[in-house]
Amino acid sequence: MSVFNQSRSRVVQIIFLLIFTVILIQLINLQIFSAKYKLAAENNAIYRKIIYPDRGIIFDRKKKAMLENTISYDLVVTPVESKGTDTLALCSLLNIDTVEYRRRMREIIFKNTSVKPSIFEALLTQELYAKLYENMYKFPGFNLIDRSVRTYPFNTGAQVLGYIAEVDTGFLRRHKDDGYEMGDYAGMNGLERTYEKVLMGERGIKRFIRDNKSRIQGAYENGMFDTSAVAGRNLYTSVDVEVQQLAEKLLANKIGSAVAINPKTGGIIAMVSSPNYNPNDLTGSARRKNLGRMLLDTARPMFNRAIKGQYPPGSTFKPLGAVIALDEGVITPNYGFPCYGSYNSCGVTVKCEHKNAGHAASLRLALANSCNSYFSQVFRMAIDNPEYHNSTLGYLKWKEYMNKFGMGTTLDVDLPSENKASVPDTAVYNKAYGRNRWNSCTILTLGIGQDKMTATPMQLANMMCIIANKGYYYTPHFVDSIENEEKDDTTYLAKYRRKHVVTHTADTVFRAVHEGMHDVTVYGTAAGIKVPGVEYCAKTGTAQNPHGKNHSLFVCFAPKDNPTIAVAVIVENAGYGATWAGPIGAFIMEKYLNDTIATDRLSEVERISKADLIPGAIKDWYVRKDNQRQAKLAQEAAAAKAELNAEEKKNNTEEEDNNDKLPFNKDKNIEQLEMILPENKKVSPSVPSNKKDSSKKKPINTINALLLTDDKQWSVKKTKA
Amino acid sequence: MSTRNNSVSRGVDWTIVALYAILVSIGILCIFMVEYRTGTNWLQLFLGGKTNYSKQLIFAGVCTLIATFILLADSKLFTAFANLGYAFGILLMLATFVIGKDIKGSKSWIALGGGFNLQPAELCKIFAALALAKYLSMQNMDFTKKRSQLIAIGIVLLPAVLARFQHETGLALVYLSFFIAMYREGLPASILVIGISFGALVVATLIVDPNILAIVLTAIASILIYILRRQIKRNGKVLLVIVATWAICVGIQRFAVPYIFNNVFECYQSQRIYSAVGKDYDCSQNKHNKSEIAAGAKASFKPDDYNVRQSKIAIGSGGFSGRGFLKGTQTRGKYVPEQHTDFIFTSLGEAFGFIGCATFLLIYLFLLIRIVNIAERQRSTFSRVYAYSVASILFFHITVNVCMTIGLFPIIGIALPLISYGGSSLLTFTVLIFILLRLDADRQMVLR
Repeated sequence: MSVFNQSRSRVVQIIFLLIFTVILIQLINLQIFSAKYKLAAENNAIYRKIIYPDRGIIFDRKKKAMLENTISYDLVVTPVESKGTDTLALCSLLNIDTVEYRRRMREIIFKNTSVKPSIFEALLTQELYAKLYENMYKFPGFNLIDRSVRTYPFNTGAQVLGYIAEVDTGFLRRHKDDGYEMGDYAGMNGLERTYEKVLMGERGIKRFIRDNKSRIQGAYENGMFDTSAVAGRNLYTSVDVEVQQLAEKLLANKIGSAVAINPKTGGIIAMVSSPNYNPNDLTGSARRKNLGRMLLDTARPMFNRAIKGQYPPGSTFKPLGAVIALDEGVITPNYGFPCYGSYNSCGVTVKCEHKNAGHAASLRLALANSCNSYFSQVFRMAIDNPEYHNSTLGYLKWKEYMNKFGMGTTLDVDLPSENKASVPDTAVYNKAYGRNRWNSCTILTLGIGQDKMTATPMQLANMMCIIANKGYYYTPHFVDSIENEEKDDTTYLAKYRRKHVVTHTADTVFRAVHEGMHDVTVYGTAAGIKVPGVEYCAKTGTAQNPHGKNHSLFVCFAPKDNPTIAVAVIVENAGYGATWAGPIGAFIMEKYLNDTIATDRLSEVERISKADLIPGAIKDWYVRKDNQRQAKLAQEAAAAKAELNAEEKKNNTEEEDNNDKLPFNKDKNIEQLEMILPENKKVSPSVPSNKKDSSKKKPINTINALLLTDDKQWSVKKTKA
Repeated sequence: MSTRNNSVSRGVDWTIVALYAILVSIGILCIFMVEYRTGTNWLQLFLGGKTNYSKQLIFAGVCTLIATFILLADSKLFTAFANLGYAFGILLMLATFVIGKDIKGSKSWIALGGGFNLQPAELCKIFAALALAKYLSMQNMDFTKKRSQLIAIGIVLLPAVLARFQHETGLALVYLSFFIAMYREGLPASILVIGISFGALVVATLIVDPNILAIVLTAIASILIYILRRQIKRNGKVLLVIVATWAICVGIQRFAVPYIFNNVFECYQSQRIYSAVGKDYDCSQNKHNKSEIAAGAKASFKPDDYNVRQSKIAIGSGGFSGRGFLKGTQTRGKYVPEQHTDFIFTSLGEAFGFIGCATFLLIYLFLLIRIVNIAERQRSTFSRVYAYSVASILFFHITVNVCMTIGLFPIIGIALPLISYGGSSLLTFTVLIFILLRLDADRQMVLR
């Protein structure tokens, strides 16, 4: 019978063929016509690991590294793999509680998914790293990842160097095309920020094959497509680390700033803003805490006063006023002015320190004696220069001169957010007095560096450079050269290598100014300030300001005949220029020119360094801050103590007395206690320092009282029972 | 000794033996590709016998031994013990319900000790094939009778039902392949046609919106009635048949399919079937799922076609000529689950691409056609039915396994014959093929 069905063998074979054809068609579809699967496989399996390059190093002028790279460790977690982690052990090592642990985990998963590794604890201390390293086997899913961080062997130049920090979302948005990724570090301030592109180097990418659980299986195609990391290039600056250190030391316990520039090149030798901070505070594990503290500090240690602080230049402006007048041709070095102790031509009286006749008989004499009358007159002559018909136009010409000298404009130093300070525009005076209703008399005190004129310490130092150079300057800058300089770098640095010629007066004119400034150091205001073996030129300044005591200012350059350093020093609210700013400037010059400080003068350095000139208002703030902290600590201690007591009591009651109501009452008491405590908190910040102790005691007393009542209650119940 | 050897090798179809050897070698190679890790000393691991590929090699050695025994055996033995073997197999399967061991959620294994487990449902394929052959080769057999057809179907479906109760849906489905063999022996073609139509209807139900499908069905019925209006006038029964068929189809489409998916299948099975046609199945409708939730167990995962997706990525990324031996990233990264067993085809597809896959499938096709040809040259019904059974089982395994990896069929745990890792599976197919070779060698004998 089966013979009849022989034809069905063909049918069966045809069915086989048919199905195999269908399979082959689908294979053609999948393997030949669908490109997406290849891509999907690559996305699955290729893991691109970024190899971070070493950041470039910043060297000083003697090729000493001002900062270096070192390895620090981050604790990194991949949440999906961390199932079997001994949470308690980890928490106790990190000194956090499990609530915090869970919170961090949630945050990590929310921000960066649960399959990608994210930082759990950044920048571990050596000690913590060692402890964690020993116990890593208990924490699956956790890894210790090394990352390169900065260290600062000289503990100096914090504000100049800036700091690096993890990029945030705003930064990523702004630098979309620069290839930053979450978790990268970038320069946030100072040179680190300006030269970020040079310092960062190029990241390398290594491609690995990973498996379904994201574990690395080996290099992809034996590393054929890998690119290696290119280390960041080094910066060679004009900074002298030792001068910088000395300047920082001298300005310690003061609020102020000092800038030293080499007038021959425009290279900045030292730039200090005080108070400052140790740059090492912003690396490592305490970074966040320190940063928070510094940002809140009212004395603003993060604020670089050298380029952002605006100070009235006071008498230190006088040499510049003279140079402008000379260049305009309104006076000659021989011009003299009869001053008898005050300037009265404008209705208002401008006082002068000197009364003796002939102390302003020439420019040189006037400079040496810092005659207010003389320079007021010279300023008026410049503004009322008949060449410019009216005082507005005369003022505009004068302002143009000022701007050329770098006053009232940004100098374009290679640090971010430089302030241009202020040489007021005519509009300012038009607004204040009305159009054409002001003249050289109205703005008279501009001539002695007051009125609405302000300058940054760097601008003052630059002004000194121009005078020292007899009429030209190089834009102040830090970076002299970049390692393996590229075309882009050269274009960027070109502006620091171009000579700016400002005046066209003869050398003789400047010689008068130099001689006058030299006389200042011989018999003038700075006569008591010497630099051993060096003849120098200087001008002191004592600037009135709306914030309290006069600012102490000092500008100078040395050596007199061939200047290689120009310095500007400002100590806020410190009185006469010659008292504090002067010696500081002299030591900076001495250190730079002689390479050392004469031994007999070292004690003087110490004296200045230790002198505490911080204004009272700021000191008060520190005291208040301290009190708050103290009060908070005391409060916490008290609360902890109360809790402990309560708990002990609770245990006792449970042991001796089975009354349910008692623990309830006790809890209630603790609640009351906690309600009382915040009130103390509100009071304590306002209490002055001498009441600190009382504020500390107060909460403790309340606690005792509360506990006493508790005791009584307890004993009553006990008797009942 | 030499005469004995001669008698063993005489008449044996060496083409099949060669194909068998090639396929087993490819299998070990594929498992090696899946297991291989860079940087490991594979030779040492190979000799160490700890890895799956070396285990598979050991299994192959054992199978060669057993194959030799089968070739040494008398072919009358297989006819003689066919019924007994079947009874034994059914008993084993029943025994599994009592002494069975739970492996990967299906209680279908019997522990043999020494780490070896036996899956009676797998083994029962051989017995069912022999028993079917035995039954159909009975002297007074008339397969055109409904009664004998039903008995034959019963023989085949009994192990299938038992396997289904052991939650081995894949193995249960394999028994359906015997219908091809029975078809060859005279089972009405209409059964196959109805079966295929039913399958088509189910797929259509899943893909097409129920209302549209109902309209289409009604339209087909109306057109049929219009075309056959003359015959209907002559014979009213035709109309009745058409209307009844229409009613059944709509009934299946409207009620039966949703019922089966929601109440008979497990949630994951419904999901897999739906995902094979590219749709999502809402598990909340599933009865099993509901009872699970009610029992307080954790809710099932969201529908996920991870397996198929990764499997398709692996095969698709192979492209025309493949990514090269041991270079497939999907394979090396273990992205495809169960890649050494059910999804072994993906490693081949990724490493050797379309060329490799096509060549590989042609080897299989050659094997199947060869077996069908062997079947047709048999003089005894027993041998022929058995040969067709072997071809059908192999065909079903290959089709379902390959289709599942390329996303044409829902995922069912079915091995790729002779390739997939696993002793039970390799042994079963070895025994199936070598019994066939033994029978074929003795094709001059008339076996009853």
